[in-house]
Amino acid sequence: MISTWYSWPLALGTLLLLMAGSLLVGVADFTWMAGSEHDQQILFISRLPRTLALVLTGMSLAVAGLLMQMLVRNRFVDPGTTGTLESAMLGLLLVALFAPGLSVFSKMLVAATFAMVGSFAFMGLLRTIPLRSPVMVPLVGIMFGGVIGSITLFLAYRYNLMQTLSNWTNGDFSAVLRGRYELLWLGAGLTVLGYMAANRFTLLGMGRSQAINLGLNYRAILTLGLVIVSLMSAVTIVTAGVIPFLGLIVPNVVSMLLGDNLRRSLPWVAWLGATLVLACDILGRLIRYPYEIPIGTVMGVLGSMLFIYLLLKRTQASHE
Amino acid sequence: MIEVQSLNKKYGTTPVLKEINLTLPDQGVTALIGPNGAGKSTLLGVMSRLQAADAGRVMIDGLDVHQTSNAVLSKKMAILRQDNTISLRLKVYDFVAFGRFPYSQGKLTQEDMEHVDRALDYLNLNDLRHRYLDELSGGQRQRACIAMVLCQNTKYLLLDEPLNNLDMKHAVDIMKLIRRAADDLQKQVVVVLHDINFASCYADRIIAMKLGGVVYDHPPELLMTTDIMRDLYGIEMTIHSIQDRPIGFYHL
Repeated sequence: MISTWYSWPLALGTLLLLMAGSLLVGVADFTWMAGSEHDQQILFISRLPRTLALVLTGMSLAVAGLLMQMLVRNRFVDPGTTGTLESAMLGLLLVALFAPGLSVFSKMLVAATFAMVGSFAFMGLLRTIPLRSPVMVPLVGIMFGGVIGSITLFLAYRYNLMQTLSNWTNGDFSAVLRGRYELLWLGAGLTVLGYMAANRFTLLGMGRSQAINLGLNYRAILTLGLVIVSLMSAVTIVTAGVIPFLGLIVPNVVSMLLGDNLRRSLPWVAWLGATLVLACDILGRLIRYPYEIPIGTVMGVLGSMLFIYLLLKRTQASHE
Repeated sequence: MIEVQSLNKKYGTTPVLKEINLTLPDQGVTALIGPNGAGKSTLLGVMSRLQAADAGRVMIDGLDVHQTSNAVLSKKMAILRQDNTISLRLKVYDFVAFGRFPYSQGKLTQEDMEHVDRALDYLNLNDLRHRYLDELSGGQRQRACIAMVLCQNTKYLLLDEPLNNLDMKHAVDIMKLIRRAADDLQKQVVVVLHDINFASCYADRIIAMKLGGVVYDHPPELLMTTDIMRDLYGIEMTIHSIQDRPIGFYHL
């Protein structure tokens, strides 16, 4: 059903429709047709940036999750279960402490560097631990992330930065305005980069032996993947904050429907990530209108249920 | 020509490869046999650059495999590992087509597709081409892996226990295919086998390993003797000539 000629127009249509819906939902009075200066201000300063930020974040996090799963060769990881996000946050916190004047872009780069070091450390850790079950990998990652997270938490607590910290951990798009989300376009660029190297990442997912046998520059592609994932994680943290479970669930759903040939599946992962985030955000804005439930919370509820379902289904399959 | 020059390797303090010296010609079928833990897989791993040695080197057509780029070597030699668990959900066709990666980087040309079709044909996988790997049986998956390395169309093929999981019919088919690859397509196939009789029937040369060293290196007629088998495996085997082939019997 998903590979017919009309599937992409249909998918893009759905996305555009949701984007339009996202533009219309909000507390301020706003109509398409009026075209007054006030309406235009709302549209271009608040609504459109928010919608675009949602789409870009959803896309980046889903693709980052997919790539992480290929790099680690495990279905149950995403940047949130490999210590990547926690490391990025530690980096950001250190910036907040020692160089608060840095530009957003520089902050992002620092966070990305920390994310990369953290991910490398996690992969090194994996090599030293005998892994008897695929579920072990995310468990190790969550513990590893927990250690880094607790350091961050301690520092934040000591220096009165708890508020700042919670902005990064729980994605919230209500504060997105023009001028404060544009960095997210980097996520779109990285998605395209990931797509261009899709075959190489698929090969990486087949494991070291197979990848080397088929002539892949294994280390270079592994590093490229980690750079992409780290940058994507950092970009989302410094702008809107992280949305839990997204990078875990979206690639798994797409994998079940379309397999893991990234040349085919990566665009769908990007699409589903964006669509799901938009839908969850609209939901969060409507449930107790005119107040908002942060998207991180909506996604957390939906995502954790879906994750448990996937965990049971996938581990069952791997034991057969 | 593959030249293995004084390879040594240890895991911790246990030697797994002891002073291995071998020369393999451009063409032929070479069987690698020996008891479990003899170092066969490690030797294949080092020959194919997947593992490093502590000392010594492997030259393939004059190129040191540990110094030459993967991209170059992937067109000269293909390896099938014993532990090829592919956890990705790939369709058989797409998976086999990855065997063309060294040539096409994933953008299949007409020629690539012909290679893929031929490999699928050879391994009797045509009906399964649109199925996912995780829906196949162990033997079918093994055949898909073999189809993939065949697609790579390299002069040298290193196969580590390719008969794993295969039923008798498919095992014989694979051995015939290996023979044909050597005779018709002028390839050198190095194959790790546990079934001594398959080695005897299909190999030009049998290399026997034990405790990390090469202990015998003979054509089948000379290697298949009761004494050598006792020394290698510690079992009493009687050797019978069946249709002019030495066949070992040890099942009772």
